[in-house]
Amino acid sequence: MNMHSPMNNCSIRSVTAGQLAAVAQECLDQQMRFLMAWHDWEGQQCVVRYLLSQKDNPEFVLLELRGTDTIPSLAALVPLLGWYEREMQDLGGLHFTGHPEPFPLIIHEGFSIPQPPLGINGSSGHLSGLYQPPTMPEVQGDQVQDLYWGPVRADVVETGEFHYSYIGEAILHYHPRLFFKHRGMEARFAGQDAQRSVYLAERVSGVGSACHALAYCQAVENAWGIEVPPRAQLLRVILVELERLYNHFHYFGQLSKTTTLKVGAATGFLMEEKVKQLAGELTGSRYLRSLLRVGGLRRDLQAEHLAHALEPIIDEGEAYLDRLQQTATHLDRLMGTGVLSPSAAFDQGATGPVARASGLDRDLRRDHPYAAYHKLRFNVPVRQKGDAMARSDVRGEALREAIALLVQASGRLKAGPVHAEFDVPGGAQQGLGWAETPRGTLIYAVRIEDGRLQRVKIKSPSFSNWRVFPLTVHGTNMMDYAINEASFGLTIAGCDR
Amino acid sequence: MPLWTWTGLKAGKAATRWPQSGPDGQEGVLGMPRLDIAACRSGCDLCVESCPTQAIHQVDGEPVIDYGRCIVCQRCVEECPEGAMQSSYDWAFGVRQRSDLIWSAALESAEAADLRKRIAASQRRSLHIRHVDAGSCNACESEISALDNPFYNLHRLGIFFTPSPRFADLLMVTGPVTAPMHDVLLATWEAMPEPRSVMATGTCAVSGAPMDEGYAGGSGLEGILPVDIWLPGCPPNPAALIHALLLLVERMPQKVTGGQYAQ
Ligand code: SF4
Ligand code: SF4
Repeated sequence: MNMHSPMNNCSIRSVTAGQLAAVAQECLDQQMRFLMAWHDWEGQQCVVRYLLSQKDNPEFVLLELRGTDTIPSLAALVPLLGWYEREMQDLGGLHFTGHPEPFPLIIHEGFSIPQPPLGINGSSGHLSGLYQPPTMPEVQGDQVQDLYWGPVRADVVETGEFHYSYIGEAILHYHPRLFFKHRGMEARFAGQDAQRSVYLAERVSGVGSACHALAYCQAVENAWGIEVPPRAQLLRVILVELERLYNHFHYFGQLSKTTTLKVGAATGFLMEEKVKQLAGELTGSRYLRSLLRVGGLRRDLQAEHLAHALEPIIDEGEAYLDRLQQTATHLDRLMGTGVLSPSAAFDQGATGPVARASGLDRDLRRDHPYAAYHKLRFNVPVRQKGDAMARSDVRGEALREAIALLVQASGRLKAGPVHAEFDVPGGAQQGLGWAETPRGTLIYAVRIEDGRLQRVKIKSPSFSNWRVFPLTVHGTNMMDYAINEASFGLTIAGCDR
Repeated sequence: MPLWTWTGLKAGKAATRWPQSGPDGQEGVLGMPRLDIAACRSGCDLCVESCPTQAIHQVDGEPVIDYGRCIVCQRCVEECPEGAMQSSYDWAFGVRQRSDLIWSAALESAEAADLRKRIAASQRRSLHIRHVDAGSCNACESEISALDNPFYNLHRLGIFFTPSPRFADLLMVTGPVTAPMHDVLLATWEAMPEPRSVMATGTCAVSGAPMDEGYAGGSGLEGILPVDIWLPGCPPNPAALIHALLLLVERMPQKVTGGQYAQ
């Protein structure tokens, strides 16, 4: 607790700009891990917050730096913070001194905005400009070729521009330029009624709608001290595990597509479709939207017989994963492809299945339980090798665990209310909400005043994993690129926001 | 590889024949709310208040809905005390005229009435689609990709996705059109041979809602490209997409006129 509105589940430590680097080092020495950093303008005061997780302790640590918008960069010490700092520079109008990559990130070269939209004076005006090529390291050599691919690529995919410098098949340097899709989501929440903004969270990353809604609702519930009734907690688990299930089937469809295993791809996509149809029947929405609200669920769901409805999916899914495991031509392409070392995964902020495939044993559902996860049994698969094969193995096991969780959770449902009654408190509060999405750690931090949102920060898993992914591309070959990308299972909307 | 061949044969049978016959796959999936104007209590504006995207306005004491702004959140249904806003399974909302997405008690336009009568005029024309993501949340892409899964199997209808705009007849746009995507989108359209069509796919692309306003939003395709089909939905489900595609090639009739859904 401190004199400002406290944030639950966190021990807060105030630091000055001068102490920052030493405190960060101290935290690293205690095996803490930085999760994200964000800024806020509380009136005229700039506040920068760094969120960390501790080893074997569900309580988070929050470093708070108040009263200055010029801050020493921690990116050299904690590389994963590099993107967060650049984001604060682009959107918040802050300055990070000594940043190793001080280039624009969110606002592209050639584009500008009248004032920083998350700056001291709030948002006004519109982003505008003309395309300019991104800032890139110079790669020189006789046979070096440069390829810009995108922003409109082949197939039905999200927008992004990828730059490759290569010789023959070998990629020397790879740079993804993202944020074409930046919609200014965080600023959209500002000034809105905190109870009624779930619909925005649901539209940050469509294939993560349920997890985003959940993390957002939990952040507000955390701020307001709302206890969600048990039935709603179990139903929430069911919704997000259904989301995990269709995402993981999609993942195997996409991965098989890149190894040219056509039937494997079709089967994965068909399984995905079956889960979405089941979701549509159960909830009215294939993307599990319009169900969550602050305090619980908007309406009850008859999920008692879910295990029965899932039976064909369980059998076919099991057979599908087994078949992939027996297909040497598929596995050969995954083995040794796109290796991410445990230290790079840790330093650069890898999350979810990508991190667990590189030996980082972390899962918010187990380490910082929310909803009804503390009542349920599940395993967290981990692998050491960090290649596409390890990432695929982790997803495969996670898919089976999702099914087990769905069966368990639906079997434990008991009649009861699905939302809590509460009064919206006046005054100022802060809250933190999180969810382990199919792609990893998702966090919402909210600051509310008299029921209205003042600041919402969204840390999405793909923002983390897009930063990590290029490390596994440098020095590999063009032929494996698509397989490697599919093995990461990234989305762009969540990253760009 | 007999293992996969066998699997492939099984998956092949998964395809629906919809819209000729068979399931559309959208059992239970909610669509746009229906307005039962007879039940509406004059002077009440709870639905207007409830809508997060300003899809509902009041004109002369009665609600007017712009389905081009509807994200299917069902909040108006929950908050209408008279049950005048009713949840429905009306999701096949593709229309040729933007104005047909606006609810009005007046009778339907002549063109739509004509279209409604004309079914399966031609089964021959195939269609090649180039998709551009102009700032979506990715749920629209997820549904468009689903068209190629074995259940919907879009190829059976002679409709294909093509990587090159030069071979495309239809530009399918998702997202509100963010600033960096504006010129890219126009360049893709320019690269397409004539005649070319455009489909505004999803509520974002139709009106920008709920991603209009703000410093980095967009207001959809209006005033940017000549749109042939407007398809709201957040996201439009695969069957709604198929309906809209077949509407474009005049193989299925339009269902919605003046914001009202034909039975
Ligand atoms: S369902 Fe549509 S019209 Fe009704 S409140 Fe939601 S967005 Fe508005
Ligand atoms: S219309 Fe809805 S689903 Fe489609 S991109 Fe926009 S917010 Fe996402």
